[in-house]
Amino acid sequence: MSIARALFGFPGGVRLPTHKDASTGSPIATLPVPPELVIPLSQHAGDPARPAVSAGDTVHRGTVIGRAPGDFSATVHASSSGTVTAVENRPVPHPSGLPEPCVVIRTDGLDTRPADGPEPLKDWLSASPARLRRRVADSGVAGLGGAAFPAAVKLTPGPDTDVALLVVNAIECEPWITCDDVLLREHAMEVVTGARIMRHILGAPEVVIALEAEKRAALDALTRALDDAGEPGMTVTRVPVRYPAGGEKQLIQTLTGREVPSGGLPLDLGILCHNAGTVAAVARAVEHGEPLTDRIVTVAGTGVGQPRNYRVRLGTPIHRLIEAAGGYRGQGHRLIVGGPMMGFALEHDNVPVTKGCNCILVTESHAVPPPEPALPCIRCGDCADVCPMRLQPQQLYWQAMGRDHEGIREDGLFDCIECGACAYVCPSKLPLVGMYRHAKSEIRTSDEDQRFAEQARQRYAFRQARLEREQQEQAERRRRKKEALQAERGAGEKADRKAEIQAAVARARKRKRGGGES
Amino acid sequence: MALKTPPAPHIHGDNSVSRIMRRVLYALVPGVVAMTAVFGWGVVVNILIAVAVAVVCETAMLRLRGKPVALFLNDWSAVVMAVLLALCLPPLLPAWMTAVGVAFGLIFGKHLYGGLGYNPFNPAMVGYAVLIVAFPQAMVQWLPPTGLAESALGPLQTLQVIVFGQLPPGLAPDALTHATPLDHVKTRLAEGLTMQEIRGGPVFGVVAGSGWEWINLLFLTGGAWLLHVRVIRWQVPAGVIIGLAAPALLFWLINPEQQLSPLFHLLSGGAMLGAFFIATDPVSGATTPWGRLCFGLGVGVLAWIIRTWGGYPDGIAFGVLLMNMAVPLIDRYTRPRIYGHGGR
Repeated sequence: MSIARALFGFPGGVRLPTHKDASTGSPIATLPVPPELVIPLSQHAGDPARPAVSAGDTVHRGTVIGRAPGDFSATVHASSSGTVTAVENRPVPHPSGLPEPCVVIRTDGLDTRPADGPEPLKDWLSASPARLRRRVADSGVAGLGGAAFPAAVKLTPGPDTDVALLVVNAIECEPWITCDDVLLREHAMEVVTGARIMRHILGAPEVVIALEAEKRAALDALTRALDDAGEPGMTVTRVPVRYPAGGEKQLIQTLTGREVPSGGLPLDLGILCHNAGTVAAVARAVEHGEPLTDRIVTVAGTGVGQPRNYRVRLGTPIHRLIEAAGGYRGQGHRLIVGGPMMGFALEHDNVPVTKGCNCILVTESHAVPPPEPALPCIRCGDCADVCPMRLQPQQLYWQAMGRDHEGIREDGLFDCIECGACAYVCPSKLPLVGMYRHAKSEIRTSDEDQRFAEQARQRYAFRQARLEREQQEQAERRRRKKEALQAERGAGEKADRKAEIQAAVARARKRKRGGGES
Repeated sequence: MALKTPPAPHIHGDNSVSRIMRRVLYALVPGVVAMTAVFGWGVVVNILIAVAVAVVCETAMLRLRGKPVALFLNDWSAVVMAVLLALCLPPLLPAWMTAVGVAFGLIFGKHLYGGLGYNPFNPAMVGYAVLIVAFPQAMVQWLPPTGLAESALGPLQTLQVIVFGQLPPGLAPDALTHATPLDHVKTRLAEGLTMQEIRGGPVFGVVAGSGWEWINLLFLTGGAWLLHVRVIRWQVPAGVIIGLAAPALLFWLINPEQQLSPLFHLLSGGAMLGAFFIATDPVSGATTPWGRLCFGLGVGVLAWIIRTWGGYPDGIAFGVLLMNMAVPLIDRYTRPRIYGHGGR
């Protein structure tokens, strides 16, 4: 194994306090199966799964409870055995806070596997890529880094696209999060195997596993696993710790010096990135025939007793996780799913762990002070210095304030990856990311409106044209009819006239004659 | 239990507008000490008067505009503006003139445009421009450096002169006023003297005006610290310095007997104060990296032109104001290439 790669780096970025040691002190703990699992049918990007069970059904660990309606979706499985008690709307970890369809399971504690579950594919090297893709899709694997993008979709680049480089992203650039770190420390072989399987599926000549320079224990474990695997063309690259080094676009730039085209995909460069957890899940799905029913979650922050990493069944309520981690500590908490830079805050802890939950961050109010009153922007440009996309956030801010949709689009609003570096350094404490999100949704809505308006206008114009044409046709028909009528009547009238004249003549003659008589 | 759900990010750095402004004030200290040493207590009195007027005006305007007074006073921006303007004024300028300049700059240059962050022109330079246009005579009456003065005024005497216009008995007004070296050279050159002849005079120090060169060097020191703590970026000061020195060098090489040396330009008048503290005002300046360099270059070149051919004692103020007007254009045409747009 070699650590070979000259790094290119990326512009901007910030150094954040990492707080990683808080949760890496003890090994991964397994959280017991809770009495009730609430499993959302939409835990992934794309279309929600359709329920495949109903109340009263018996399920096992790995039973399909939600079927993907199309390719851009993911299968959902029961995380333990028991009885389905309901398929209903329940609160889910989503920024909107709206309830969504979930399958509720009362667990029986037996944790049995279904008899007809998928076979372990120990000899995956001789399996066809199509079969392996099918297996990944059937196992419900979605991006475990947070975005929860269906893994099988990403492993299907299309017939004309060659993947030259597969990147396994083990960089957790957000503070506190360590689930990939502990995964590598304890299950490095899973990650290596998963990467080999993916490489086999994609036919990628090169695989790079990227992690932060600080993750020494993980690096050692990974190095050993790679040596054991002994597969050429796979390397580990250590990347300097700087937020957002783990962002897909930034990581690609760091590794290759190339930029993903605006509005495009890494595939446009022949590169594919997968999160380390996702890669390990693929290994388990293929090698052991285990669908995705659990994940590693970091519980961290100053507001929780014992920060640690837990292997948690999907659908476990978050409060169970916090209780296991020593419960709440201090006062005035904030509960964040994901990291402190890009994660979203929850209103309460009675929502389930989903495929995208990499971290539950519990902070005390003094650690995360209430936002100070924002001052106006003084155009200091600190935000532009840290923007990894080389945007000018201070300019976008003015355009967002002035609703200059055209200008803000031109200045790259839709290139913003919402990493939050600008808002982090802003001396005026402006909620910049929130403003950009708002502007994006405003523009999308107005685009939509415009599209509808254009459609309506076209329909109206079409209708007008049709009415006009119909009117013309009708007029034409009328004219023809009239003409025909006239022609008919004309002929008739002539005959009538003649008859009339003849009658009149006859009457006159009669009268003359009669007159003489009388 | 309903927890708060503010938008991400949930953590913030420790920078603040208040800290930026306070750091600017700290960085001014060496220059202010040097100015006081050279020109006497008038410098300090001017600063105190300007700050007092600024705080009163700022408070009044915030009240009038219905803005939170404590929040905005705490950003220290009014104080910075007042100190910067005070440092551009002759040391014995009558107090009411200082007050007029500060009040105009703050009220018309800042609050009528919408207050902090919204002013297109540098408020301190707006105040300066008003003063130099309204009171051209008073604005060029600088004191001689203490070494040259026949009698230095004590702090109380200075206060009396500035506030009440009372000169200590037995002191003629002429003894206290003096043209700045920049003015001095310009007048002499106009009279047909050569640089060599002018140089011999006592207003010269080592490379530039006596006293002024030290003041400029100490402002440079403070500015270097601001660069170090990243309150300002290198582009604007570099731009001003190059913009001022490059044409000066060219003309000086062509005609050293009629032109000031680039070093003289850089260490005279408000060169370093302007380069590191005034032209670097983020609100009214350009904001892209290349834009800042262009902005600085523009300020420097304009300052050199005004110094060389204009009628004003220094050119930094009008250089800054003129370039303020060009900022939207500069920012538009110097936007960096965005990631993923026409890259490799």
